[in-house]
Amino acid sequence: MKNHLKNLFDSKKYQDPVIIKNEKVETLKKMLSSMLLIRKTEQQLAWGKKNNLIGGPVHLGVGQEAIAVGVSQNLKKTDRVFGAHRSHSHLLALNQNFYKLFAEVLGKKTGFSRGMGGSMHLYDQPSGFYGSVPIVAGTVPLAVGAAMEAKFTKKKDIAVAYIGDGAVEEGVVQESFNLAKVQQSPILFVIENNLFASHMYITQRQPSKKISRFALANKIPYQLVDGNDVISVSKTSKKLIDQIRSGKGPALIEFITYRWYGHVDWREDIDVGVKRSLKDVANWKKRDPILRLSKSMIKNKIWNKKKEISLNKKIDNDIKISWKKAMNDPYPLSDATLKYVFSKRNNEK
Amino acid sequence: MKNKKYNYGTAILSAFEYLLKNYREVFVIGQGLWSPWYVGNTMTDLDKKFGVERIIDTPVSESATTGAAVGASLAGMKPIVVHPRIDFMLYAMDAIVNQAANWSHMFGGQANPNVTIRGIINRGGEQGAQHSQALHAWFAHIPGLRVVMPSTVADARDLLIASVLCKDPVMFIDDKWLYNQEDILPPIKEIDLTTQKPIVTSKGKDITIVASGHSSLLAREATQVLKKNHISAEVIDTRVLSPLHSRPIINSVKKTKNLLVVDPGWTSGGFSAEIIAKVIEQLPVNCLSNPPVRIALPDAPAPSSKVLEKAYYTKTKDLIKTVKKIIKK
Repeated sequence: MKNHLKNLFDSKKYQDPVIIKNEKVETLKKMLSSMLLIRKTEQQLAWGKKNNLIGGPVHLGVGQEAIAVGVSQNLKKTDRVFGAHRSHSHLLALNQNFYKLFAEVLGKKTGFSRGMGGSMHLYDQPSGFYGSVPIVAGTVPLAVGAAMEAKFTKKKDIAVAYIGDGAVEEGVVQESFNLAKVQQSPILFVIENNLFASHMYITQRQPSKKISRFALANKIPYQLVDGNDVISVSKTSKKLIDQIRSGKGPALIEFITYRWYGHVDWREDIDVGVKRSLKDVANWKKRDPILRLSKSMIKNKIWNKKKEISLNKKIDNDIKISWKKAMNDPYPLSDATLKYVFSKRNNEK
Repeated sequence: MKNKKYNYGTAILSAFEYLLKNYREVFVIGQGLWSPWYVGNTMTDLDKKFGVERIIDTPVSESATTGAAVGASLAGMKPIVVHPRIDFMLYAMDAIVNQAANWSHMFGGQANPNVTIRGIINRGGEQGAQHSQALHAWFAHIPGLRVVMPSTVADARDLLIASVLCKDPVMFIDDKWLYNQEDILPPIKEIDLTTQKPIVTSKGKDITIVASGHSSLLAREATQVLKKNHISAEVIDTRVLSPLHSRPIINSVKKTKNLLVVDPGWTSGGFSAEIIAKVIEQLPVNCLSNPPVRIALPDAPAPSSKVLEKAYYTKTKDLIKTVKKIIKK
């Protein structure tokens, strides 16, 4: 375990094509396409931000797509997924409607949150996405509560809390691990350990790089996984999710990954990143989850360059059309600000 | 069903029993729920009657338990979080303010956290600064939270039921100093929290006294004494502090032309200022015969030492003295 962990943190390792033995071709194609779509959607947002077409902050997770895609392979629409500030992928892995994401980020009425949330407040309950908010760790206890409901009503649904390596430094996450365990709540804690909280490298914030140590402390079963290997992500989460659904209480998976962009917007943030170097970013780009899957599929002759080019073109084209449509969509009406404060307007006068 | 005698505490207990019996989606979570020591007679034996799965005594984790209740509400439950001392609830401010209060607005009204957060004010007895605070004004400042402070036995029961059945997050703040009141109540009838207004608890013509929570009890007591002095005070109990329906207050002040606001919290930046501002904004400049006055706590933490503590809290006689001074009788 120890050596394995050490290698995972080494950006020069784990760059080989992923192992796809015994995987269904359709599933592989679906995961490849989903990762590509998420990446291109986020790159479109990066472009929009760079060109001042987007007002609010966007936190991009380019490079981390395999985690949401692999985990979501094993989720149902009745599960309850909670995210945070960097959650485009968490939502798009459940509902690929990037048009609604564009509209939301642009503050349009047609967006996922009716234009009231922007990039940092996303909602799509019908697909199982209960909400993402930018207060770090804010939704973690909420996810535990949504899991408690599933247990109360004896549904076989689970909750998923996406948690960054920075978020575990918030006290409420420790409380949530403990509460979920004593309640035996059906929840999967997904740790996306991308080694940075904003500009700070993990060893500057914690005595260990290994976040899953907190699972051990709370007697929660856990796994440590290469977060840029979509097959491992999917397989490991399946194993733990099946276990959770069968009533065995919470579980945790720690995925090691890396974000190509900086903390917020389109820049790489080499200048503000403590211990973040161009060399590191370049190395991590070689551990690209999309490239590693695509290479493997080509090697196994279930995919080829031609198909990849055509898939790229199709997504590019769809994104272009959706972006244009979202740009032309209407903003919320002026009464929206007061309308949504409560379930019902207060008619005072 | 017949009318029945309750005290404030058993009225709350009967609301819990009604909710747990009639609504499968109601559960209660908080510290001390399996012990009579924390929540007085307001939750006696609920765990035995309804099971420990629905009456959940928790780890010492205000933040996670409150957040979990918010999350459970998003999945369709109607949870009640109990904080036996509101002071400890401050650990849960993110779940209350950032999450519950904003949730509907952030997502365009697509989801409402149907959660009730009961915080008990438990003061006096030389408990000092961290076991004494009344923080309703904070919550009344936050858009998206409904703030309820029942001062009567009837409201303790009926507003708790209304709070839990209301789709929005509700701060239900009760005060242990109110628990000894007794009253005969009719059988339970569900009411809609969103239409609840401040009510006139005693009619009068010389001055309007607006009060919340325990201060309303003081106002009711003061009015009895003032009556003997031929001063007729109209008492308005705010009940629901936010969103506040100010019309009943405005109408009363229009009639009496004098205003005293009594509040169980601190003076500066407090809820008493909000009442006075609402009145001043909505009435003509020369409508009041005297400047409005407020009685609230000194801008200092609650002292522990009994002599200081006694001087610190508002008493009925303070209200009587102040009213006499305002109307110079």
